[in-house]
Amino acid sequence: MGGAKAAEVVLRLDGITKRFGSLVANDGIGFDLKKGEVIALLGENGAGKTTLMNILFGHYMADEGTVEVFGERLPPGHPRAALAAGVGMMHQHFTLADNMTVLENILLGTGSLLSTGLNVRAAREKVEKLSQDFGLSVDPGAKVGTLSVGERQRVEILKALYRDARILILDEPTAVLTPQETAALFETLRRAVPLGLSIIFISHKLNEVMSISSRVLVLRHGRLVGEVATANTDRHKLAEMMVGAEIAPPRLAEREPGEALLTLARVTTAPHGNAPGLAGVDLALRAGQITGLAGVSGNGQSALADLIGGLEVATGGSISLYPAVSGTWSPRAALAAGIARIPEDRHKTGTIADFTLTENAVLETYDTPPYSRAGWMDWKAAENFTKTVIETYDVRCPGPAARIRLLSGGNMQKLILGRALEKAPRIILANQPVRGLDIGAVTFVHNRLIAARDTGAAVLLISEDLDEVIALSDVIHVIYEGRLSPSFPRGSKTSAEIGIWMAGQGFEGDAHAA
Amino acid sequence: MEILDILLTASFWAAAVRIASPLIFATLGELICERAGVLNLGIEGIMVIGAFAGWMAVYLGTGLWTGVAVAMLAGMLFGLLHAALTVPFGLSQHVVGLGVTLLATATASFAYRISLPEVTSPPKIAPFQPFEIPLLSKLPIIGPAFFAQTALTYLAFILIAVVAFVLYRTPLGLALRAAGENPAAVEAQGLSVTAIRMGAVIVGSGLMAVGGAFLTMSAFSSFFFEMVNGRGWICIALVVFGAWRPGKAALGALLFAAFDALQVRLQQTPMGAVVPYQVFLMVPYIMSILALVLMSRRAEVPAALMIPFNKGER
Repeated sequence: MGGAKAAEVVLRLDGITKRFGSLVANDGIGFDLKKGEVIALLGENGAGKTTLMNILFGHYMADEGTVEVFGERLPPGHPRAALAAGVGMMHQHFTLADNMTVLENILLGTGSLLSTGLNVRAAREKVEKLSQDFGLSVDPGAKVGTLSVGERQRVEILKALYRDARILILDEPTAVLTPQETAALFETLRRAVPLGLSIIFISHKLNEVMSISSRVLVLRHGRLVGEVATANTDRHKLAEMMVGAEIAPPRLAEREPGEALLTLARVTTAPHGNAPGLAGVDLALRAGQITGLAGVSGNGQSALADLIGGLEVATGGSISLYPAVSGTWSPRAALAAGIARIPEDRHKTGTIADFTLTENAVLETYDTPPYSRAGWMDWKAAENFTKTVIETYDVRCPGPAARIRLLSGGNMQKLILGRALEKAPRIILANQPVRGLDIGAVTFVHNRLIAARDTGAAVLLISEDLDEVIALSDVIHVIYEGRLSPSFPRGSKTSAEIGIWMAGQGFEGDAHAA
Repeated sequence: MEILDILLTASFWAAAVRIASPLIFATLGELICERAGVLNLGIEGIMVIGAFAGWMAVYLGTGLWTGVAVAMLAGMLFGLLHAALTVPFGLSQHVVGLGVTLLATATASFAYRISLPEVTSPPKIAPFQPFEIPLLSKLPIIGPAFFAQTALTYLAFILIAVVAFVLYRTPLGLALRAAGENPAAVEAQGLSVTAIRMGAVIVGSGLMAVGGAFLTMSAFSSFFFEMVNGRGWICIALVVFGAWRPGKAALGALLFAAFDALQVRLQQTPMGAVVPYQVFLMVPYIMSILALVLMSRRAEVPAALMIPFNKGER
C-alpha cells in the first residue's frame, strides 16, 4: 500500500472472524478502504464475501475483529450505526417495498419516527438533484413494483445517497442487470468517485471487476488470499487466485449437426405476464448442436422455455418432434419426448426445498420403473440413482437423505443437471443454467452441456449473459419482443453486432417500432 | 317501499352509526396490525376482554374514561402476548391468533364468574350518555345520526382520520407500512422490524379492546357472554373490504351497520310476519360477502402479511 498513503482511510476492517457452527465463513479478514477508491471483493459463492459485508453493515455480529469507519469503531450488530456513519449497502436482493413509491422507499427510516410530518416536497427536490448529479433517472412518484430491475437498482443507490453515504457497498449489483443497465451503473459509479465516495464492489464477474475497480481483494474459503492493483493483473490471473487453480475456457470441437429433433413453425403463444408471448417463431433444434438464445430478459424467453417444457401450449403455428409425439402437449409429454429441463429458477420450479436430495432427484421419474413398481415406491433404487448423480456430478452434500435447501446454489444446480442428463435426453432445455453460480460450477455445467451435445443431444441454451451464449453456441438466435432473429452461425457475428439485434434493430417488418 | 321509509328516518341512521362505532375501533386496530404484516386473529377474544375489563372497572367504581383506559390496557396485554409469539418467535399467526381469542374469551368468562358468583342477571352500569353537539345536531337526519351520539362514537370517527394521517403522513406510518410490505427494507434502513411490528400489534389490540368496551359502556350497559358475537371476524373482513385503507374500511363498517339496522326494522314490517326472522339476521352477512367479492378483487394485500421476519435470514 506504499504510494497511496496520503489518501485518507475511510474504512478499516481488522481481524474479522465469523463462524456458523463448524463453518468458518470469515477467517481473520482485514483491509483498508481509502477515499475515492473502488475496491473489488472477488470470490466464488460461499467464499464469505456477503457475510463479511453483512458484518460491516451490522446485519451480523462478528465473533472477533473490529470495523472502523472514519476512525470511529462501529458498534457491532447495528445497521443504524453503520448508516449514520455513512455506510450505504446495496444488497444482492433488493430491499424495496414494491407497493410503495420510490420516494417513500427512500424516505423510510430517514427521520425520527416520532416526528409529526413528512417533508415530502423537500425530499423530492433532494432526490431529483441526486438523480441529476449521479445520472440516476427515476420517477420519484412511481411505485417500485412498476419499475424495471435497473431502475430498482437506481432507487437502492439513491437510498444510500439520500442519507449522505460516503461509502457504498454493492453486493453482486450486476447479477440481475442487462448489459446496458450494467453500463449505466458503472457510469454512475464513475461519477461518484470524484465526488469523494468510496466503493466496495462485490462480484465474481471478472470483466466487471477489471473494468470498475482500482484494487482487487480476493477471498477464498473465508480467507483473504490476495490483493492486487487492478492495473497489474488480468482476468486469468484473477480467476486463478479466486479458484486456486487454472481454469480452461470451454472448448467446442467442430461437429456436423444432425437432423432437427424439434421444430417450431410460425409458433405464437399468449403473453407471459408483463413479457410478450412468442410472435411467429421459427426454430429448429438439431442433434449435436447447441442453439444459443441471446436477448434482454423479458423478451419472450420464458414463453419459449415454457412452450418447449410443456408448461404452455401454442396459440398458433405448429411444433413437431422427431420422432413424432401424439397427444396433448404437456410437461409429461415433453418428458416422454426425451426433453430434459434445467429450469430458470432452481428454487421455485427446479426443486422442492424441504424434500431430500433423493426425492428431488426422482421428481420427474418417480412413477416409472425402477423407482415405482406396481404403484409402490422403490426408495432403494431412487437412492442409488441419487448416489450416482452425487458422485458423477460432484454434488457436495451431507448425503442423499439431506434436505436440498441445505445445499448451495451451485450444488443444487449440479443435482438438477444430473437429474436431467442421466436420463440421456435427446433435447436439453437449459434456461439460465449458470445464473448465480461461481466459476468452478459454471465450468462444470458448461462442460457437461458440451459433452451432451457431443453425444448427439440437441441443446437450447437460454441466457442473458451474451458472453456465455457466444462461447457455447454452435448457432445463435436473438429474441426480441417475442420474435427470433435469423440464426447466426458460430463466429459470424461479434458481440457488438449481436447487441444491436438485442436492442431490437434488424427485425424485419418492425410492428413494434411505433 | 317500507325500505325507503326506513331509510328516511333519523333513528335508522343514528342506529347505523351506533352499531358501526365498535366495528370502526376494532377494524382500525386490525388494520394497523395487518399493515405492519401481522394478521391478528385474537381480535374476537380481545374485544371480549375489552368489553369485560372496561365494564368491570366501571362496576367497581372508576370513571367511564378510566374504564376505557382499563379496557385498552387489557387489550394491549393480550396484544403483547400475540406480538411476542408471532414477531420475535415467528410462530404461525393463525394458530397464535385463535389461541389468543380462546384464551381472552375464557379469561373474561372466568373472571366474571369469580368476581360475580351470586348474580343471576348481569348488573348494569351507567353508560356513556349521548352528547348533542350544538347547532350540528339540529340538522335534519344527519344531526341526530352523527351529532347526537356518545363520546366514544365521536372518538371512533376522529380515530379514522388520525390513523389515516399517521399511516400516510408520518415517518412512523411509512415505517409501519414498509414493515408489512418488505421487512428487509425496514431492516436495511436501520429500523427494527421487531419493534415496529410489536408496537403495531399492541396498539392495534388496544383499539380492538376499546371496540369491545363500546358494547358494554356505550350500548348494552352490562356484560354478558357471547356479546361480541362474531364482530371481530366481521372486522377482519372489513379490513379486506376496505383494501387496507382506514377510510374505506370505516365506510365498510358503516355499510355493514346500516344493513344490520335495516334488518331489525324490516322484521317489524308486514314482511316480517311472513318471512322467518333468521332471514333478516342473515342480511348484513350476505351483503358483506357480496361486497367483499365485488370489492376486494383488486385490493393490494400488504406483501409481507403473515410472513414472519427473521433477522439475518433470506
